[in-house]
Amino acid sequence: MTQAAESIVEVKEAVKRFPAPEGGVVTALDSISLKVQQGQFVTLLGPSGCGKTTLLRTISGFEDLDSGAVLIGGESVLGVPPYRRPVNTVFQNYALFPHLSVSGNVVYGLEVAGIKKTERDHRLKEALERVGLSGFERRKPAQLSGGQQQRVALARAIINQPKLLLLDEPLSALDRNLRQSMQLELKSLQHDLGICFLFVTHDQEEALTMSDQVVVLNQGRIEQIGPPDLLYHKPATRFVAEFIGDSAIFSGRIQNTEASPVLVTEDGLGIPVGRGPKPGDHATLIIRPENLSLAPPNPDDSVSILDAVLEQSVFRGATHQYVCVLPNGTSISATPTGADDEAFSRVSPGDSVQLAFRRNIPHLIIESQ
Amino acid sequence: MASKRDTRRLIALLTPGTLFLGIFFLGPLAVMVIFSFLTPGLYGGVEWNFYHWNYGRILGWADGDWEEFDPVYAQIFFRSVRLAFTNVLITLLICYPAALWVSGLSVRWRTFVVFIITLPFFVSLVVRLFCWVLILRPSGFLNTTLLGLGVISEPIDIIFTETAVLIGMAYILLPFMFLPLYASIEKLDYSLLEASSDLGANPFQTFLRVTLPSTLPGIAAGAVLVFIPSLGNFIVPDLLGGAKVLMIGNLVEQQFLSARNWPFGSALSVMIMLVMFLAIVIYLRRIGRSEIVR
Ligand SMILES: Nc1ncnc2c1ncn2[C@@H]1O[C@H](COP(=O)(O)OP(=O)(O)OP(=O)(O)O)[C@@H](O)[C@H]1O
Ligand SMILES: [Mg+2]
Repeated sequence: MTQAAESIVEVKEAVKRFPAPEGGVVTALDSISLKVQQGQFVTLLGPSGCGKTTLLRTISGFEDLDSGAVLIGGESVLGVPPYRRPVNTVFQNYALFPHLSVSGNVVYGLEVAGIKKTERDHRLKEALERVGLSGFERRKPAQLSGGQQQRVALARAIINQPKLLLLDEPLSALDRNLRQSMQLELKSLQHDLGICFLFVTHDQEEALTMSDQVVVLNQGRIEQIGPPDLLYHKPATRFVAEFIGDSAIFSGRIQNTEASPVLVTEDGLGIPVGRGPKPGDHATLIIRPENLSLAPPNPDDSVSILDAVLEQSVFRGATHQYVCVLPNGTSISATPTGADDEAFSRVSPGDSVQLAFRRNIPHLIIESQ
Repeated sequence: MASKRDTRRLIALLTPGTLFLGIFFLGPLAVMVIFSFLTPGLYGGVEWNFYHWNYGRILGWADGDWEEFDPVYAQIFFRSVRLAFTNVLITLLICYPAALWVSGLSVRWRTFVVFIITLPFFVSLVVRLFCWVLILRPSGFLNTTLLGLGVISEPIDIIFTETAVLIGMAYILLPFMFLPLYASIEKLDYSLLEASSDLGANPFQTFLRVTLPSTLPGIAAGAVLVFIPSLGNFIVPDLLGGAKVLMIGNLVEQQFLSARNWPFGSALSVMIMLVMFLAIVIYLRRIGRSEIVR
């Protein structure tokens, strides 16, 4: 198979601007390029207003691009109306037809496509079984719970066997428990169906659990594309690091020799970092809480030490979170495990501690020169 | 379950309205129904004898002594129902696209258009209808214009025809169709239309399967609001229908005011009411119920 045939959807340098009612323009999409490959679960992650919905709507056809292109199955869909595009959407508010029953909603796409009744019934049964709604055929949407409505919206979309399913924050209206179980269900549904999912969320945890690829958006631009572990361990930008997971982030200039560089922040905090950056570089150091523990008695060169004061320890179920304060006033959290956790739990709030991290583990973003 | 306090409040709130309707609406209604079964007095008024031939004159049995069965009454009755029904269709066909269009305008224009539509209410009905007489009569605006343009060579007879009556009735009842339609179209959830399109329905299919069913309550309300006044109307056929296009409303008017046959007029009125009642029952059964589920 050729490369082009494998990518189900490709967005090329998409630009979309809206005239803002208060004057000027809002750039909702700023030169976005991305590809969704066959069978992938891709998540668009970003804060509110970063352009996630707009990107979905340009793919489903409800919004035209100012420049750039959307290709579905290798062909440009410029000017193709939404009802002729082989994609289906699960809307954020579900948009179920209130005057139709559950089965009326689910078979809607098959009916307008003129599929025969026997096949319709067969596929309806299959779709409802998949989402666990058998027996609800005759209910109206208003007679369903939020989670059930969400399943109807899902069944209504997948029954059409689209090449690509677009999901716009489908879980945001559900409570936490239901959301977590739906995350797993969606993931296995996607696996079973083999359809590409393009999933929108502003919940980083959701993005990390479900996706093969995560696209991090910020103000209409792509910050980084990659699998969840890459985004977590090697964020490309400070924004990605801040957005995904907890972390302590230090920006500053590299001083000292190339063999033992030290990151010096603006307020004068010096943190020894691993080899790599050259003196004079601007760099950002990202330390995850699980990378920090108490310093061993005789630290060697492979660890860096931070002097801090323990402020409080917070019970977190399996572990504790130790909130410490650095000399410059920034707070930093540590979530050590096992023996490290035990050692840390003997420190009482107010005591001085030496926090240690292995130099090669935290991620350093080198920004210039 | 409503608490005692709620019940008391409900009674306090409903009593004035119930009393008012009971005295001024149900009272006269009862008088009318009773009169329709009494013997007409020789010089107007009624005699207190049971007399079912008032209905016989309309439906096919007459007492044979005083009055004959005349099919003209039934004809007028059915013509009225037919014209009222046609008027519902006309106003619906005019108002639906208009309401769709208006609901797409910006808020300021929408408010303005709704104001414009209610504007004719500020002018007396008779004056407005008389304008239509001036427009439609042989030497009126319509004919002189068409003649002047050379579209026709002789004035067309339009006044004192059913067409004229329909024009007049549609004209005065348009707002009653437009306003409920507009209210329900404006409420229409735009995301449902997008969902439909997303699922592969072209604009026409979306209209039939989503827009129309979603606005059915508005259509039904408009239909009832237009049907009922159309059926009982006597001013429009009086001014624009002349003696040729009598409607049942004219008949009732004649019986009460000129013929002074109150029982027969009452019987005719009861017939009108029965049809209206039927229309409302259909409305409630078909639409009212689905509204409750929402
Ligand atoms: N029709 C429109 N007219 C003007 N501006 C718009 C329009 N639609 C979106 N925008 C702007 O474009 C930007 C991106 O909007 P979009 O709806 O894509 O955000 P989002 O990432 O989906 O946010 P959320 O997570 O809150 O849903 C926002 O700044 C928004 O104000
Ligand atoms: Mg959105």
